[in-house]
Amino acid sequence: MLGKGREMADALGGKLEAALIGDPNLAMRLGKADVAVCVGDAAWANFAPIAYRNALAELIRTRAPRLVMIANTSMGMDLAAGVSALLNIPLVAYCKNARVEEGKIIATAQLYGGKLLTDAEATSDQLIVSILPGSFSADAGRSANAPSVEQVAVTATDGGVRFKQLIEPEAADVDITKQEILVSVGRGIQSADNIPLVEELAAALGGAVSASRPIVDNGWLPKARQVGKSGQTVKPKLYFTVGISGAPEHLEGMRDAGLVIAVNTDPNAPIFDVAHYGITADLFDVVPALTEKIKSAK
Amino acid sequence: MNIIVCMRQVPDLVEELELNDDGTGLNREYLKLGVNEFDDWALEQALLLKEEHGGSVTCLALDTPEVDNTLFTCYAKGADKAIKIEGDFANGMTSHSAAKLFADAIKAMPHDLILTGVQSVEDLDGQVGVLLATNLGIPHVSVVTGVQVNGKVAVVRKEYAGGMLGEFEVDLPAVLGIQAAKQAPRYAPISKVRAMMKEKKIETSASADGATEAGITIRRMFKPESGKRAEMLEGDAEAVASRVAEILKERGLVK
Repeated sequence: MLGKGREMADALGGKLEAALIGDPNLAMRLGKADVAVCVGDAAWANFAPIAYRNALAELIRTRAPRLVMIANTSMGMDLAAGVSALLNIPLVAYCKNARVEEGKIIATAQLYGGKLLTDAEATSDQLIVSILPGSFSADAGRSANAPSVEQVAVTATDGGVRFKQLIEPEAADVDITKQEILVSVGRGIQSADNIPLVEELAAALGGAVSASRPIVDNGWLPKARQVGKSGQTVKPKLYFTVGISGAPEHLEGMRDAGLVIAVNTDPNAPIFDVAHYGITADLFDVVPALTEKIKSAK
Repeated sequence: MNIIVCMRQVPDLVEELELNDDGTGLNREYLKLGVNEFDDWALEQALLLKEEHGGSVTCLALDTPEVDNTLFTCYAKGADKAIKIEGDFANGMTSHSAAKLFADAIKAMPHDLILTGVQSVEDLDGQVGVLLATNLGIPHVSVVTGVQVNGKVAVVRKEYAGGMLGEFEVDLPAVLGIQAAKQAPRYAPISKVRAMMKEKKIETSASADGATEAGITIRRMFKPESGKRAEMLEGDAEAVASRVAEILKERGLVK
């Protein structure tokens, strides 16, 4: 995001400032920015939705930026819409990209589960965009330089939400981030009773089963098997998806997989944009047939 | 405890999405709408809290096509009251407008906890729950997967990447953007929904004047260019399976 921010600031002829709430030691990593504006100290280390929103709003009020970029993460969701409503600055959420055309900022957002893109612009001077993680190269955001650092004091307000504790995820039976072959199952499997179909394929291939969010939310597989935004980021040599449409939140966790083969009934499913090979067929026919082929080839 | 669940109808992604003539939005004429899936999780969380603590669950929705069916389904699942905000919303609306309509309606209703889905597939201008909370001047937490209520405060769990959770204490009333609940949304049989259509009434609430503008204009909406789309493997299951087995063998992924 810093790399993109640099590009946008240069195109608009302005400065790039990085707002850093919490640990000021991180400022040294923000060399792509002209200035790192640090808010708070160790007491701000843990995110709290309203306190952070208020701090960010105060920065935006006083520094009046043309463009505010916020990552569309769990924290960013509370911040971007919160600041938009509080300060009455337009927001374009779920952005994959942004550009400057004739002095206007145009943001490209991804909607409808990745099926459509939208070019949108603000009707006023300021705009907030929330950026989908993985949209830009992280390398483009790195720099050997150090930004100048400015410490800003803001009033701490909890706003009715107080951080209590961080809770680590439960230990996994299988660490899917260490598997070379994953057979990943999604909503298309329809029922917990059909999970053995993909388990058999994974076993034949010598890999493990992972899943998209709905499978885990339904309690059909443990949380530790979830790939995507709020699950694990995986990089297997083979990622074979079964009944996964490829919502942006899922793609976030698997875009660096080596070979991606996808089975889905919908020929327009976004998963086929990231897959190398695609199969639009009934998984209940293809998966058992493939399991047999792999077994008999051994 | 008065729990309000804000629900929205969104396009069903299983259907083909068609663009309107000037390419700035969806052609909504034949669009199939269904309840936002995360709103269904919010309703489940509300019903679980009611079972534990008592109180009432009110479902609040905008008067969009198919909404009556959604609200009668809420009754069938155990909601105490269903209200639709009247108005002409057939052309869809921004999150900022939806949040304003919900906020105006909620101001006139008793509320301790407001739940809604963490996001929807058409939140171009942000997530409704956060906008709604800010409109009402009350706290919000998004991406919530667990809620407990202790008197005037709720203890909620917010999900981060990698399955990490943050636990927060939240003063009520508050708005929570629900990602998931402890159990999957309950199922309401069609027969029960039909019975509710005879037995229950959907209340209406007039929408207040002055829709909020989101402050953005859409230049164009378009399908992603599929530059490097997958190579599609054709044929029956047997043929496709053979081809996949070959590909895996070529790449040394099966021995």
